[in-house]
Amino acid sequence: MQATYLTIILAPLVAAALAGLAGRLIGRIGAHTVTILGVGLSCVLSVGVLKGFVDGTATPFNGPLYTWLVTDGVHMQIGLLVDQLTAMMMVVVTFVSLMVHIYTIGYMHEDPGYQRFFSYISLFTFSMLMLVMSNNFLQLFFGWEAVGLVSYLLIGFWYTRPTAIFANMKAFLVNRVGDFGFLLGIAVLFHFTGTLDYAEVFAKADYIAGQSVQFVSGETWNAMTVACILLFVGAMGKSAQVPLHVWLPDSMEGPTPISALIHAATMVTAGIFMVARMSPLFELSTTALSFVIVIGATTALFMGFLGLVNNDIKRVVAYSTLSQLGYMTVALGASAYAAGVFHLMTHAFFKALLFLAAGSVIMAMHHEQDMRNMGGLRKYLPITYWTCLLGSLALIGFPGFSGFFSKDALIEAVHLAAEKGQVAGAGYAYFCVLAGVFITALYSFRLVFMTFHGQERMDEHTREHLHESPWVVTVPLVLLAIPSVVIGWFTVGPMVFGHWFGGSLHVAEAHDVLGELSGEFHGPGSFVVHAFSGPAVYLALAGVATAWFLFLKRPDLPAALRVKLSGLVRVLENKYYFDWFNEHVLAAGAKAIGRIFWKGGDEMLIDGALVNGSARTVGWLSGVARHLQSGLVSHYAFAMIIGLSALVAYTLLHG
Amino acid sequence: MLPGVPLLSFIIWLPVFAGLVCLFIGDKSPRAGRWVAMVATLTTFALSLPLWADFDRSTAAMQFVERLPWIGAINAWYHLGIDGFSLPLIVLTTFITPLVVVAGWRVIEDRPAQYMAAFLMLEGLMIGVFAALDGMLFYVFWEAMLIPMFLIIGIWGGARRVYATIKFFLYTFLGSVLMLVALVYLYLKTGTYDLQDFYAVQLTHTEQLCIFLAFFAAFAVKIPMVPVHTWLPDAHVEAPTGGSVILAAIMLKLGGYGFIRFALPITPDAAAELDWLVISLSLVAVAYIGLVALVQQDMKKLIAYSSIAHMGFVTLGLFLTWGIFRNTGSLEGAGTAINGAMIQMVSHGLISGAMFLCVGVMYDRLHTREISAYGGVINTMPKFGAFMVLFAMANAGLPGTSGFVGEFLVILASYKANFWFAFVAALTLIFGAAYTLWLVKRVIFGEVGNDSVGAMKDLSPREFSVLGILAVAVLALGVYPKPLTDVMAPSVQLLVQQMTTTKLPTSLSPMENAE
Repeated sequence: MQATYLTIILAPLVAAALAGLAGRLIGRIGAHTVTILGVGLSCVLSVGVLKGFVDGTATPFNGPLYTWLVTDGVHMQIGLLVDQLTAMMMVVVTFVSLMVHIYTIGYMHEDPGYQRFFSYISLFTFSMLMLVMSNNFLQLFFGWEAVGLVSYLLIGFWYTRPTAIFANMKAFLVNRVGDFGFLLGIAVLFHFTGTLDYAEVFAKADYIAGQSVQFVSGETWNAMTVACILLFVGAMGKSAQVPLHVWLPDSMEGPTPISALIHAATMVTAGIFMVARMSPLFELSTTALSFVIVIGATTALFMGFLGLVNNDIKRVVAYSTLSQLGYMTVALGASAYAAGVFHLMTHAFFKALLFLAAGSVIMAMHHEQDMRNMGGLRKYLPITYWTCLLGSLALIGFPGFSGFFSKDALIEAVHLAAEKGQVAGAGYAYFCVLAGVFITALYSFRLVFMTFHGQERMDEHTREHLHESPWVVTVPLVLLAIPSVVIGWFTVGPMVFGHWFGGSLHVAEAHDVLGELSGEFHGPGSFVVHAFSGPAVYLALAGVATAWFLFLKRPDLPAALRVKLSGLVRVLENKYYFDWFNEHVLAAGAKAIGRIFWKGGDEMLIDGALVNGSARTVGWLSGVARHLQSGLVSHYAFAMIIGLSALVAYTLLHG
Repeated sequence: MLPGVPLLSFIIWLPVFAGLVCLFIGDKSPRAGRWVAMVATLTTFALSLPLWADFDRSTAAMQFVERLPWIGAINAWYHLGIDGFSLPLIVLTTFITPLVVVAGWRVIEDRPAQYMAAFLMLEGLMIGVFAALDGMLFYVFWEAMLIPMFLIIGIWGGARRVYATIKFFLYTFLGSVLMLVALVYLYLKTGTYDLQDFYAVQLTHTEQLCIFLAFFAAFAVKIPMVPVHTWLPDAHVEAPTGGSVILAAIMLKLGGYGFIRFALPITPDAAAELDWLVISLSLVAVAYIGLVALVQQDMKKLIAYSSIAHMGFVTLGLFLTWGIFRNTGSLEGAGTAINGAMIQMVSHGLISGAMFLCVGVMYDRLHTREISAYGGVINTMPKFGAFMVLFAMANAGLPGTSGFVGEFLVILASYKANFWFAFVAALTLIFGAAYTLWLVKRVIFGEVGNDSVGAMKDLSPREFSVLGILAVAVLALGVYPKPLTDVMAPSVQLLVQQMTTTKLPTSLSPMENAE
């Protein structure tokens, strides 16, 4: 089995190396062939692994690959953990990656960096697989930062664009703020357990929860709370939770295929995956769970608002991603890990689909991304339109679609958690996720209506050249649309309300909201029927209706509303001033302090006063001493006489 | 290896001898001088490989020992030997020097034979420092090594080279003189310069404090630590590329090595008492210097400041032992801290060397180090850009590169001493990435900045091979650092034991003493 797992990991790495280092040699066709074969192999094998877990024939694998180093008798090992959670992630990662690889043939076919792009996305697949298949914190951190590196390279793929190279630096630095917390969290766990291996750390979880950490004298915190909050700070960076979300919208500077793969389906969900993986730890700190749920809820609702005012088709989808990541985080905070991970999976399919559909639109529009210049595209791009519509229906949680099952299960779980009062902030979270349903439907269908319906607002030249994308683009759209629609129907039972995840997710008995809900679950059909007795479905439909009214029926209204609500709109258009604060206070402040330290500390104080100061003092002293060496014999003779006299006087007096 | 072959002497004196040959050949035939340097440094590297292969990884005892009488009058011996601390640094030296020779192959037009001679002698003398087990021998190598470095900066340096050389000289000389006093005092106390005797001798509290501070002055300047670091940016800016590489990659490590070989085992009680000072200065280096590096406008200065910040991890790791004991009551983690410090030294040798070589590559083409003179270099130099991004990421401590390993271990260990140590140290994740990536953004990415950037030629095969070898080393050490920790393990254990065994005539242990 180990050989299979290794092949899954290494095939994309080998392909990436070939396409990256020998790109010129193997050419464009060679590059996409070798990377697609590599990722395809991983995908097929991953599906095989998942099938084993579905059949119940496979058992979780946990074993070392090699020893990274030995220090103080601690063997830090690179190793693999493949259980149900990992298997699901492996399939999501490799499947979406494969779709994106194929799609890229069409999307990037004119780009001079073709081979480089394929090399990067294969390298990303390798890094992401390292992350999800790790059995220890060291390798998790490796994968964590490696996906960040590839994200950096891909956001800045068009490296001559000033916005792109600003965005990629910003993404890396904001993620590093998260990683700062993450690494400290790992240090806390290592301190109390002396190991980086998941299983060994989990085995000592109760011990950690009994320990405390002292920050200042007298002020002690529970060690598990500290560790989990610090780990979650890492997740906030990678999964773009407020206030570390600022990099994700800007990451849209990268080519669209990677927005789908990295910044929607896989990398940004690494934080969600990590918290789920760490569920044996988070379960022991309700304070940390409370922190998680509040951050997630804030992200879910307030980032959704931003999708309402943006006109860039990709950025609207990006804000939607932020909001949906917030939903997943809320589920984690409510201890409904399975629901969070389930939403991660359905979201990966429909959000990758939406991004790729947006990319198809952008291609057709000759790299125009402003929705105000679109409209009526459905007759030119029928496949893109229908798949995008299906993806949007999944996103808003239309009954029966995959997103419906995941979102509804999630909302139910949060509702129950709020009723039980199991974590502080659950009530707030319930409000946010419910209100978010309306907002999600509103911005999603604003996008659909502005892009595909209504007046054709593009210029004549663009209109004449409008045509549906080639098959390499549309086939991935269709292949992603299928799971976006149907996957929830098959999987909600075992994954959310069953025990399919087995030991890979751990929930404390008192927190087991999904377990309590499972009693009321009688198959997907009745789940759909049952949903009509709750508010979420109606909120979603209301959102669609509002979007229809505002953007199709009365397209003059949004402009009027903008004027009416200009203050609010300004806040939203400035994205709550997070970017302003970061650039003008944090970045500028760091530079100002650096300049003060440099000019004031190093140059004035140390060099000016101390170093050159002592040099000057020596110079002055030697200047004084120089007067003694006048070069006149008479002076010397005189000095000798004085000296001699003094000496004689001294000996006489003390003799 | 043949038994009885004085391998250490060979790798010390072969380069020195080759340097003399270069001087003798002179500049009449620059080709001959270069080839002599090339062959000599490669042979030295080849000779250092048996050291690595035959090194006994199960003992902390000195190996490959050579001991001959030297200056009878003061009982100084020609005493060489290596343990798990010296071996990696010696191999680092023999590995980096040939790369420097290749890097200077065509670049140095002025007196090329003397240039090569200076580097050859420098190599031999630096290896001598790492291998000396006699205090006086160590001191002689330590001081002699400075001379070729002064010449390298003073002759082949930039416009303000004289200022930089004098500053460098005064700083390091001040420290060295105090170290000499300490060594002489220890000689008077023991009647020998043998390090083992220094380790064994009991010293009172006051003696230890004075000796520690004297060593501290020498080594803190060398590493360098804040606030005696300001010679480094100036020296780097003025030094030719090869000089910068050797300075950053190896000479700075002499300071860390000095702490390991002298200050920590000879004066453990004083070191335990003053660990707060070293730790504070190390943390200041990470935070303060990180911010200073951010605003540099000269590429070499930026990397120089980045070096200071990175070396902060070395001193931090070396002095954590007592803090860990005080906080946890156990020594678990002390070895990790020291391992981290050592790995950080080796890794920084590779990465900073590579970074300075990268700057050198650009300087050779545009003759400026100003960041603002560049922009969009990747458009004309894609291969170079790829290397630069790789080394920048390594400099920012990306896992999978060597830059991560040492910092990771030191941060893990520093948490055991104090949460806030780890907190400040981990700031390097943010600051290190900020200054490095901002540099990359301004220099490498973007539209072609100006016509001279547009005319830059991509790497020559010579440059490509040098950077390629370093890239492989950086990745190899990042993916698989175990060979390094295996070599060091017994020596680290011994050092922790020495650090925690009191040398006070009374029975106070360093830990009790420190409270």
